[in-house]
Amino acid sequence: MDQKLILYTIVGMALVTYLPRLLPLWLLSARSLPPLVVAWLRYVPPAVLAAMLLPAVLAPERRLNLSVENLYLLAALPTLLVAWRTRSLFWSVVAGMALVAVGRAFLG
Amino acid sequence: MSIHPRRARRAWMEGVTLALPIALGYIPIGFAFGVLANNAGISTLNAVLMSLLVYAGSSQLIAVGLFAGGAPALSIVLTTLVVNLRHLLMAASLSPYLRGWRLTELAAFGYQLTDETFAVHSTTFSNRVVRQPVAFGVNLTAQVSWVFGSWLGCTAGQLIPDVSPLGLDFALPAMFIALLVFQLKETAHVGAALLAGLLSLALSQAGVARWNVIIATVATATLLVLLDRRWTKS
Repeated sequence: MDQKLILYTIVGMALVTYLPRLLPLWLLSARSLPPLVVAWLRYVPPAVLAAMLLPAVLAPERRLNLSVENLYLLAALPTLLVAWRTRSLFWSVVAGMALVAVGRAFLG
Repeated sequence: MSIHPRRARRAWMEGVTLALPIALGYIPIGFAFGVLANNAGISTLNAVLMSLLVYAGSSQLIAVGLFAGGAPALSIVLTTLVVNLRHLLMAASLSPYLRGWRLTELAAFGYQLTDETFAVHSTTFSNRVVRQPVAFGVNLTAQVSWVFGSWLGCTAGQLIPDVSPLGLDFALPAMFIALLVFQLKETAHVGAALLAGLLSLALSQAGVARWNVIIATVATATLLVLLDRRWTKS
């Protein structure tokens, strides 16, 4: 494959990725926003995290899978409990990974 | 404002520590990206450059697939734009916490804003005032681990067999679960999470891939703000 064309494409990708990351910071952080906008923005973190998480856990292979064969779903619930009880990012991640590893070892 | 060097160093280390769970997920996923990129005919130099310049995991993996399928450059760039547009919402939601930062600091911060660093920042920012060294410690650790993982995948991809027995593929979903739990401080947040999650799932099942996260987030935040207003008025 033409590595030079790949490089140009990468530069284009970098540009269109950077602008949405940068512009809101430059345009919004210096001014005080109307209360309605602030209220709206407060809902973004839980909404966007759940919007990324739910398809990843309930449909890890793109198709909805609510059966016990869905290891991600099986691991997600105890991970949620660990996160809730420990309030620790580290232990939640370790617990989640361990659950998936153990699940794979025993369930195949 | 000058901070005592020892305190600055401690702040950087705090950021590095906060980012360790991210690194745990980024190294294996970066590794997978490196292996796939090489297999698709992308040189090691270009793959590492992509991780340095683009630095957005899901869009990089999608781009590898498009490169392998011989897609034209313009369509790869446009797909990347659509896939990464969700960062617009994340940057906007962090912006109220970044008042008083210099333009160059904002430029550097935005460059390394990913789903995962956003999740960590929005949790720490909402709890306390975060100094720049802590934030940059998080960001730098995350990107270094991503670039390192990509490079490792390119150079050692053939040596290491499957990493899935370790459960490393679940590191990032587990992190998102925890960070979402930390975000849920009010009933309205639980409602927002449930609604956005189900909407995004429904959209992706209906074939609206790539836009589902943005549409679900915007629709949910708008609906809840409107409900909010109605409640506070009556």
